[in-house]
Amino acid sequence: MRYLEDITIGHRRELGSFTFTAESIKAFAIQFDPQPFHLDEEAGRQSLFGGLAASGWHVASVCMKLLVEDGQRAKAEAEARGEVPAVGGPSPGFRDLRWIRPVLAGDTLTYSSEVVSARATATRPGWGILQSKSVAVNQRGEEVYSFLGSAFVPQRGAGA
Amino acid sequence: MTLTFEDFKPGHFGTFGPRHVTRDEIIAFAGEYDPQPMHLDEDAANASLLKGLSGSGWHMCSLMMRMMCDGFLLNTASLGSPGVNEMKWLAPFRPGDDLMLDVEVLEARASQSRPSLGIVTFKCSTRNAKGQTISQMISPIMIGRRDAAPAN
Repeated sequence: MRYLEDITIGHRRELGSFTFTAESIKAFAIQFDPQPFHLDEEAGRQSLFGGLAASGWHVASVCMKLLVEDGQRAKAEAEARGEVPAVGGPSPGFRDLRWIRPVLAGDTLTYSSEVVSARATATRPGWGILQSKSVAVNQRGEEVYSFLGSAFVPQRGAGA
Repeated sequence: MTLTFEDFKPGHFGTFGPRHVTRDEIIAFAGEYDPQPMHLDEDAANASLLKGLSGSGWHMCSLMMRMMCDGFLLNTASLGSPGVNEMKWLAPFRPGDDLMLDVEVLEARASQSRPSLGIVTFKCSTRNAKGQTISQMISPIMIGRRDAAPAN
């Protein structure tokens, strides 16, 4: 996490990759999204997805996992430079989340995130609001997932 | 009987729950998908803007999905969703919360490209036992039409 003043529009970070195995797809779906096309290969084949498909919330939750891990890497990089890393605030939500193509068992998604906007907020002095677009592409380079997230970020010398 | 596109008319659709949330499941979800201190550790959480241990927003999304499944979607000719127009995380949810889900149909329209289905746009809100709104989502779901949906 960076301070509001240090954020550059268009700055992009590669978040890493994740392979959705049939086991992990079913394990998530049993807990949170037990629709047949997320639980059973045959039901998946007969659905619009054309195969055992990951729940969209599984795809989204893995994105969050990789965003947090990237934040931890960025924090370590800042500390290695002798800086005091910024500590981010909570997120008020997101919009324009798109499940563009199915994520099927065996697919590997590669996620990235890019800063769309950053501005001070009137409602929370010392904080700003950061908008970033996160995207996932599959092993064929096809875009399968994207969303526009927002989060509170501290201003330098205030907040945190 | 399986609900089809024709069963979804604009207006209040239903209220579902309660879904009790435990501290253990908040920490388990966060440990796997959102390992930020405010979702994992009481001391860190008390020092955060959220002032106390709270669940991940993505855990809330997943719980809303499960409540929709248990409430009506597993009994509906659901064909999946193209996305979420908007999600607002309005207040943190906490260990011990009993969540209720209010579901409203905003719009139901036939698909131009696929005559066998329609697209129903839902507004789903969760609230805790105190009546505080926790989250609000607007999301379309593709639902099979009665004359076209194969029974399964």
